[in-house]
Amino acid sequence: MKKNSGLKKKAVICAAALAMLGGLAGCGSSGAGAAASGDGKGASALSGKISLAGSTSMEKLCEAMSESFMEKYPDVTVTVEYTGSSSGIESLIQGSTDIGNASRNLKDGEKEKGAVENIVAIDGIAVITDKDNSVRDLTADQLKDIYTGVITNWSELGGADEAIVVIGREAASGTRGAFEELLEVEDSCKYAQELDSTGGVLAKTASTPGAIGYVSLDAVDDSVTSISLNCVSASEENIVSGDYQLSRPFVMATIGGIEEQNELVKTWFSYIESEEGQSVVSGVGLILPQ
Amino acid sequence: MEKKAGINTVETAAKYVFTVCAVIAILAVCSITFYMIAKGTPAFASVGVPELLFGTEWKPTAEDAKYGILYIILSSIAGTGVSVLLGVPIALLTAVFLTEVSNKNLAAIVQPAIELLAAIPSVIYGLLGLMLLNPVMYRLEKLIFAASETHQFTGGSNMLSAILVLSVMILPTVVNVSASSIRAVSKDLRAASLALGASRIQTIFKVTIPAAKSGIMTGVVLGIGRALGEAMAINMVAGGAVNLPLPFNSVRFLTTQLVSEMGYAEGTHRQVLFAVGLVLYVFIMAVNLTLQKMRKGALDDES
Repeated sequence: MKKNSGLKKKAVICAAALAMLGGLAGCGSSGAGAAASGDGKGASALSGKISLAGSTSMEKLCEAMSESFMEKYPDVTVTVEYTGSSSGIESLIQGSTDIGNASRNLKDGEKEKGAVENIVAIDGIAVITDKDNSVRDLTADQLKDIYTGVITNWSELGGADEAIVVIGREAASGTRGAFEELLEVEDSCKYAQELDSTGGVLAKTASTPGAIGYVSLDAVDDSVTSISLNCVSASEENIVSGDYQLSRPFVMATIGGIEEQNELVKTWFSYIESEEGQSVVSGVGLILPQ
Repeated sequence: MEKKAGINTVETAAKYVFTVCAVIAILAVCSITFYMIAKGTPAFASVGVPELLFGTEWKPTAEDAKYGILYIILSSIAGTGVSVLLGVPIALLTAVFLTEVSNKNLAAIVQPAIELLAAIPSVIYGLLGLMLLNPVMYRLEKLIFAASETHQFTGGSNMLSAILVLSVMILPTVVNVSASSIRAVSKDLRAASLALGASRIQTIFKVTIPAAKSGIMTGVVLGIGRALGEAMAINMVAGGAVNLPLPFNSVRFLTTQLVSEMGYAEGTHRQVLFAVGLVLYVFIMAVNLTLQKMRKGALDDES
């Protein structure tokens, strides 16, 4: 019995090898028909695991992307951990993940360690206030003054006599890093509240009179008002055109370029670049890189 | 003969099972201690002990990074201290009420209610603080600082909110331990006091509570431990900016420091967070060692 099953296994392996050889020969010799059948085989036969780790801001994108990817390649398991940009790149460098997600450009130190930046989408950061606030537009300088504690009351900006409650994210958050860098207020912000999640900032801004906060553009909902910056509203067109100041890249970093990756990771990236992948990116409110 | 051998085997096996279980606990304590020291000390070397423990600036991601955690340590100490000062008297009087004053029917309602209070997860305390306490605090803050030019408005997420939430959270611990130690006071003592002409209240405060002192102190120390180690509820109501622990400042505790930044930290920043963990660990250990010493002292008193 045992011997028999061993034989069977061998037979299967042989058959598989033959099929592969056949496929290769087909590709080499003849035209379109063979290539198409080869593609079909690749899609169904591809199996294994792709692991991603990093930015919490990229959760929506990664969930949607991995879901539709696994629908097309049912034998591939995509796992995503949301540990934060820096720790995602850290795990990539340590080799514990295939792809490191970062919601910012890679730092020089990270690039020196071999991480390569693949921008898959662009995210805008929206500045939000509570619903009752009458201020709808700020200049970049006014926003800077608010976050550095120079302006402390909405009446100074043409709004009601209401104290400004400056809400932000904790140090090392990707959103905070991007916001402070894009606004050039690195490490000089005076926060009244430092919260550790996008949802927290949304909820607190919505419920606190006079609050101002910042979140990813796609996280903005009806509970808050998104205000425009230098008369440019935080919208997709304005981010693509480069008019809106507060935008940042979503990076899926790899060690070495995409062409050096294994078959699975290559397929992942070509899927993102395919029409299906691109519609996933825009489906979660992100902007396609040009 | 055979039967006896069988019993002996069971006895020996049981002994080994118990030993293994005990060793697991010891191993856990030792490995946690070792891990915290191994992970927590490098930051002291790379940042410098005075800069770390007595620095007041927390800017871990700045170009010229600052890793001072003095305000965070002070917030933890002040927050725990004040909430214990507020919570313990209430808890002690509740315990007295339960054991000495209330009739049985009322106690049968209050006792389970307090036990339920202990079972409520801290995130629920945080949520209530967030929804109910913070808006009230903000109104108070606006009243008090209406004329102030320098005060930064926090929207009600402040030290005071954290203290109030903590003082409610430590109630069940202190009440339960105190009540059982008051119950353990011998009836003879009370009877003797009453027979000498002392009133009921005099008996409670001059005889019963002093006699239950060591049990009550145990409850207080356990309460301190609970307050010091709480993270979730504080994270939701305290604001989370690193500031001097004044009542209406947004503050960050040792625990919330770990919770909110561990996910994103790298390099020295990460090391420093482990150092923060070590500081917290040392505090908790100190509290527990005090507790053990007190228990030992109480035992010695009795014998």
